[in-house]
Amino acid sequence: MSAPRVAVVGGGLAGLMTTIKLAEAGVAVDLFSIVPVKRSHSVCAQGGINGAVNVKGENDSPEIHFTDTCRGGDFLAHQPPVKGMCYAAPGIIYLFDRMGVTFNRTPEGLLDFRRFGGTLHHRTAFAGATTGQQLLYALDEQVRRHEAAGRVNKYEGWEFVGLARDDAGECVGLVALDLRGMKPRAFAAGAVVLATGGPGLMFGRSTNSLINSGSAAAAAYLDGADYGNGEFIQVHPTAIPGMDKLRLMSESARGEGGRVWVPRQKGEARKPRDIPEADRWYFLEEKYPKYGNLVPRDVASREIHQVCVEQGLGVGGEMVVYLDLTHVPRATLKKKLEGILEIYEKFTGEDPCEVPMRIFPAVHYSMGGLWVDYARTSDGFLDLASPRNQATNVPGLYAVGECDYQYHGANRLGANSLLSCVYAGQVTGPAVLAHLGARRHAGGRDAAALAAAEARWTARFADLAAREGPENPYRLADEMGRWMLENVTIVRHDARLRETDAKLRELIERWGRASVLDHGTWANAPLSFLNQLWNMLQLARVVTLGALARKESRGAHYKPDFPRRDDANWLKTTVASHAAEGPRFRYAPVDVSLCAPVERRYD
Amino acid sequence: MSRTIELRVKRQDSPTGRSRWEEFSLPWQPNMNVVSCLMEIRKNPVLRDGRPTTPVHWEASCLEEVCGSCTMLVNGRPVQSCAVLVDALGPGPVTLEPLTKFPVIRDLQVDRSPMFDALKRVKAWIPIDGSYDLGPGPRLSRAEQEVAYAFSRCMTCGCCMEACPQYNDQSDFIGPAPIAQVRLFNSHPTGRMNAHERLDAIMGRGGLVDCGNAQACIEVCPKDIPLTEAFGELGRQATLLWLKRLFGT
Repeated sequence: MSAPRVAVVGGGLAGLMTTIKLAEAGVAVDLFSIVPVKRSHSVCAQGGINGAVNVKGENDSPEIHFTDTCRGGDFLAHQPPVKGMCYAAPGIIYLFDRMGVTFNRTPEGLLDFRRFGGTLHHRTAFAGATTGQQLLYALDEQVRRHEAAGRVNKYEGWEFVGLARDDAGECVGLVALDLRGMKPRAFAAGAVVLATGGPGLMFGRSTNSLINSGSAAAAAYLDGADYGNGEFIQVHPTAIPGMDKLRLMSESARGEGGRVWVPRQKGEARKPRDIPEADRWYFLEEKYPKYGNLVPRDVASREIHQVCVEQGLGVGGEMVVYLDLTHVPRATLKKKLEGILEIYEKFTGEDPCEVPMRIFPAVHYSMGGLWVDYARTSDGFLDLASPRNQATNVPGLYAVGECDYQYHGANRLGANSLLSCVYAGQVTGPAVLAHLGARRHAGGRDAAALAAAEARWTARFADLAAREGPENPYRLADEMGRWMLENVTIVRHDARLRETDAKLRELIERWGRASVLDHGTWANAPLSFLNQLWNMLQLARVVTLGALARKESRGAHYKPDFPRRDDANWLKTTVASHAAEGPRFRYAPVDVSLCAPVERRYD
Repeated sequence: MSRTIELRVKRQDSPTGRSRWEEFSLPWQPNMNVVSCLMEIRKNPVLRDGRPTTPVHWEASCLEEVCGSCTMLVNGRPVQSCAVLVDALGPGPVTLEPLTKFPVIRDLQVDRSPMFDALKRVKAWIPIDGSYDLGPGPRLSRAEQEVAYAFSRCMTCGCCMEACPQYNDQSDFIGPAPIAQVRLFNSHPTGRMNAHERLDAIMGRGGLVDCGNAQACIEVCPKDIPLTEAFGELGRQATLLWLKRLFGT
């Protein structure tokens, strides 16, 4: 019998790191991605990657990184995986250094580190302000090396649409849609690893790429995988408004000294540079003297909402504040923030070295994702020999990266996302190997399951390809985005969450009357989108109803009617599973045995 | 009459299909870029004359000029279409065409896999021993880092390949983008150990000598990568390697 192949879906940092670990161990990998992997969303990460290398004489340590991360996540993350990640972080940064990532340097030639939110230490390694791009390229290059050596087979331009499960429920492969020929095809796999990123598109415009529909994770959920903590959606405090997307303005702008302020006077008409210091309100610095502009993102976004919406002090009466770098020397900005200031200038026509930037909050990251397991050692780390790490509840299906729920609790700290993607990838490789070693070989039963899955999806796409009707799927998606953005982001009210779920159910019903727009059989993007939209609507219900059910405020989930964290009742993981009538929720305990929950304060 | 944006889009249904022009008229909105125009079309796929059509097919992902997906010719110039604000273009209709140096897949999407294949040919990677923790990498001065950083931002978008007069279906020239990556990896202290392997890939036919020095590449690079500087430096490295082999030292 031939050695089993492993299917990795998604070619961002998490998928590529998983691929490298498997290829190094001699396992053949089929790597699926809707885009050439070098164009994955990891390129958009800007500010850096965290690791307590302690180059600034601050006595930083992985243990402090660990406690900062637990606290930043409002104690909702299981602590052993977080601990494993923080202790592995310096080694991960060194690995990228060896791969040739062009990290910024100290005068002595060492890796330089900068400040980021939610910590008092210089812990973030960076390459200008395009760190995600540089890390992704490093892994892309290493995977290309494995590809040239015949260990990795890439299926770029293929979209995961569903799982193939045998009679016993084990995942024995997947079905992917060829985005040129538009035919679904089943692929056998000893294990399937989903590394398909976040669901930002559910909110219409966000800082996410157009490929971040969340459709793949939603498809796995519809095929039986549990979804964890879906209601925890991070709104980044600083983005640049745009027609097509909300471009991120990195937290590193504040790490390098950027100050957030609004005019003290409502309806201020003067240009920002003409407003004297005395008439400016640096509200984050005033309210949080200890962390200042570098409070965690959930805190900063809530404060901006408070100042702009409730006090009416937003620039131009809108939810806009100034992010001011004009006091930082231009040469410093050029070296340390290269890549993001030019984007700001390109899209607004203003030079941020001269004029304070106008920025506002935007949906950025999902802490929630596919539920995954882990196995801990007695001293609180991960047992790396276990097949349980990063394993979903579906045997043979793994999830890794933003599409898993594991590392960030109720709020992610800046520069921890690149780290969690890479660490989880490093953990998933050995876990999949352990799974392959223990797996029974079903042989003929696998073939039957694969054929059945392919037939199911072939019929589904034949149906979708013939759809005519009055509704336009892109406009339905716009409507979903507007409702989700309005009601399921920074401030959440139960009544409006209920209305949003009713709207989602209406959209699901109208989806049935949507036209495919294009009956062509070649490179038909609307056909793929029509399928994605169904998945997105189902997942949007998981997010919305999860938020409705959670009667407390924790991290990014804030309800004015329940303004406090409630550990007695809600220090629990939300686990959603799919049923015909919609998501069913249950709640599971959180392992907080390594870092006791305390009140979360940054002032 | 309310303000509109007039678009002319070159369309082609398949790699072997014939191309045709379609015209669209969209309501003007502030800060529209080319991508937001294409997004408006798919929400209402109707031609200027009112006849229905299909949504235009194009590639896009990050929309902030860092993924390299959405390269196309806008008014004849190769650009990242997400970074083109319509108001910044002059008067007259906005013309969108696929790149001409790569095979069309459909409409504005082309097949740029030759660029990724070229990265394999020039071994554009650092051959590390393994992905386990072996401690820090080599030290680098700030000056070295700054030079390398400029080259590390290449997103394989293809603008330079489109503009290069030597890169075409009549020539074997590998093109500016992969050559600049040789410059990047040959400058790294570890990558330097295999510099000769990368130089071998660009010293023969279709390599460095096929550059006609038109300098069109640097004119269109969205990341201002010093592509022509890479050719100069690699020419020097190639000459030294050639002399070294000639004299066997």
